[in-house]
Amino acid sequence: MTVATPQRTPAAPEAEPRTTTYRDAVREAIRSAMRADERVFLMGEDVGRYGGCYAVSMGLLDEFGEERIRDTPLSESAFVGAGIGAAMNGMRPIVEIMTVNFSLLALDQILNNAATILHMSGGLFNVPIVIRIATGGGRQLAAQHSHSLEGWYAHIPGIKVAAPGTVEDAGGMLAPALADPDPVLIFENALLYNGSGPAPDPEHPVDLVHAAVRRPGTDVSLLTYGGSLHKTLDAAEALAAEGIDAEVVDLRMLRPLDDAAIVASVAKTHRVVIVDEGWRSGGISAEVSARIAEGAFFELEAPPERVCSAEVPLPYAKHMEAAALPSSERIVEAARKALGRHG
Amino acid sequence: MNASREPTPELTREHAHELLLDMLRVRRMEETCAELYQATKIRGFLHLYIGEEAVAVGAMRALTAEDAVVATYREHGHALIRGVPMESILAEMYGKQEGCCRGRGGSMHLFDAETRFYGGNAIVAGGLPLAVGLALADKLQGRKRVTACFFGDGATAEGEFHESMNLAALWDLPVLFLCENNLYGMGTAIERSQSETHLALRAGAYRMPAWDVDGMDVLATEATTRRAAEAVREGGGPHFVEYRTYRFRAHSMFDPELYRDRAEVAAWKERDPIELFRARTADSGYVTDEDLADLEALAAEEVERAVAFAEAGTWEDVAELERFVYSDPEGTREVAR
Repeated sequence: MTVATPQRTPAAPEAEPRTTTYRDAVREAIRSAMRADERVFLMGEDVGRYGGCYAVSMGLLDEFGEERIRDTPLSESAFVGAGIGAAMNGMRPIVEIMTVNFSLLALDQILNNAATILHMSGGLFNVPIVIRIATGGGRQLAAQHSHSLEGWYAHIPGIKVAAPGTVEDAGGMLAPALADPDPVLIFENALLYNGSGPAPDPEHPVDLVHAAVRRPGTDVSLLTYGGSLHKTLDAAEALAAEGIDAEVVDLRMLRPLDDAAIVASVAKTHRVVIVDEGWRSGGISAEVSARIAEGAFFELEAPPERVCSAEVPLPYAKHMEAAALPSSERIVEAARKALGRHG
Repeated sequence: MNASREPTPELTREHAHELLLDMLRVRRMEETCAELYQATKIRGFLHLYIGEEAVAVGAMRALTAEDAVVATYREHGHALIRGVPMESILAEMYGKQEGCCRGRGGSMHLFDAETRFYGGNAIVAGGLPLAVGLALADKLQGRKRVTACFFGDGATAEGEFHESMNLAALWDLPVLFLCENNLYGMGTAIERSQSETHLALRAGAYRMPAWDVDGMDVLATEATTRRAAEAVREGGGPHFVEYRTYRFRAHSMFDPELYRDRAEVAAWKERDPIELFRARTADSGYVTDEDLADLEALAAEEVERAVAFAEAGTWEDVAELERFVYSDPEGTREVAR
C-alpha cells in the first residue's frame, strides 16, 4: 500500500518565523546542544524523571539517558560545585537550580569557586559552566520562591549574568553560554515559560554582549529585562495611546551591562525609566542609574525614574503580591513623571 | 570501617630515603615560611603543615600523575609533594608573578595545572563538591583516574561534606576522601564540635568503605592510602581515609594557642612523624646519621634555592589587575587536563 505523503510547501524566504514557547525554546536549545557535544550534560533537582519543575527538560531523559540528564539530590551546594569541578575537567555542564532562592544554598560554590578560580589561579583554570536559574514572582509562591536576585549575581566579577526576556533569547542564549569559557548564569523568569514568540533562528545566533532595542521610540527610554520586558512593552503601547513615543531597551545581559546601548538610548530620548523586578536598594536598577549618571548625565532632561519591587518579602495574597511587583500602570506613571506629565 | 592494619610496604633503602626526604622538604620549607613571615616577606594568613607531614607524603605516593588533587588552605606540603616546584610555591607566597598563581592566590590558594593540583581552598569543605565534579567528569569520559580530596576534621561539620559524600557514593564516583583529623578546627577541639569524633564512622552513613590510620606513621599512611586509591581506581566507588594527626604549630601566625595545653602538644611531638620514621627504620640500617645529614642538606639546598628564586621574583604589572577575571578573548586554553 502506498501512502501519499502530502507535499510540503517550501518555506518562502519571507515566511513568518516559527513560533514556540519560552519553555520549549529552552528545551530545544538543551537538546540541540547535547546532540552536538558529548561533553554537555544537564543536572539538577527533578530534571530527569519528573521532567523539570517547570517541565523544561520533559522528554530529554528518554533521549539522552540518566548519565546525561542527571537527577540530583537536594544538595544545591554539592551539585553546583560538582558542575564546577566537571567543567574544570573537560565537561560542559548545564546545571539547573529550581528557584533562585535555592541558589543561595550554592552561593558559596558560585562565588568562592566558579567566579574566583580563574583569577585566583592566575589564569590556570577556567570554569565553563552554565547555571540556569528560575527567578521572579507573580505566582503566589510567597517569600521563599519569588524573588529576583539576578541583580545580586550581577555584582560578582568572574561570571556573566544573562536574563532572557524573549523566546528567542531563552533558547538562543544557551549556545553562546556553553561556548563561553567562563561561568554563565541564565535567569529564566518562571512567568515567561508559557509565553510564546518567535523561535530562535539558527541562522541568526544571539550574543551575550548587547542590549536590544525591542521598540524604538524618541520620547523616553524604558530600560528593562527578563520578566518585566512584556509589562514594559505593554506600558509603551499605553503611552503611545497618549502620544508618548517610548523606546524599550531589553538589557538582556546584567553582567556585563551594555553601557553603550544604555547611553545611546538616553542620548536619544533624554528621559529614562528603569524597570526591575528586584528590590530598589542596591539593585541592578541602581547600577544602571549610576551608569547613566556617569555616562549620560548631560543628556538627561529629567531625573531617572525607577520602577522596582516593593521593599518587602513577596507576600502570598494575590492582591498584595501584585501591589509589590512592577506593573504596566506603574511604568506608565513613571514615564509620565519623567516627561513632567504626571498628576 | 577498617582499622588500619594494612601490611606496610617492604621497605627498601631508596624508599626510606624518599619518604624521609619528602618529610624533611616539607618541614624545612614550612619552618622557613614561618621565618619569612616574621620577616614580613610573606603576609596574609599562613597555615603551616608541621607535624602532619606523614599524611601528604604517604598519601601522595598512592596517586599517579593522571590523578587529581584537591586540597585545603593548609596545602603547601600537598602542593610540594604533588610535584609543584618549591620555587613557584615560595614565589607565590611572596606574591611574585613567578609564583604558581602569579601571586594572585597566595599561601591558601596554590594551583598547578601540570600536576592536576586543583587548589588550596580556603572555604572549609569548599573543595569537596569540586572533587566530586572532577571525578564525575572522569567517570562520564571513561577515564580511570582518581580524584584525591584532602580536608580537615573541621570540614566534616559542614553541609558540603555530607552533600558531597552522599553524591559521590550515590553516583559511585572515583573520589578518595582524605580526612586529616588534627583534632582541632582552628581553635575548637573536635569533642567540642563533633557529635561523633571517630570521623571514619561518618563514611558508613554513605556506605563508603573507610579506614582510620595513624597519621604520624608515614608507612601506614602510604599503605592505607594506596589500598584505598587502588580500590577507587578499580571502580570501587569513593573511599574514605581518616588520618589521626596533629598540628605542632599554631593554627595560623595570629594564634596564641590559648585553647590547648602545652603538655598535649609536647605529647604529640613525642610522636613527630620524622622522628618516628627514623626510630622505625633504625634497625634496618637504611638511614644512617650520615644519610640523614645528606638528606637534610638536600632539603636545605632546595629551600635556599626556592627562597632565592622568590626573592629574585618580580611584581606583576598592576595593569594586569583585571586580567583573568574572564578568560582571554582569544579563547585561552582547552580545559581538559
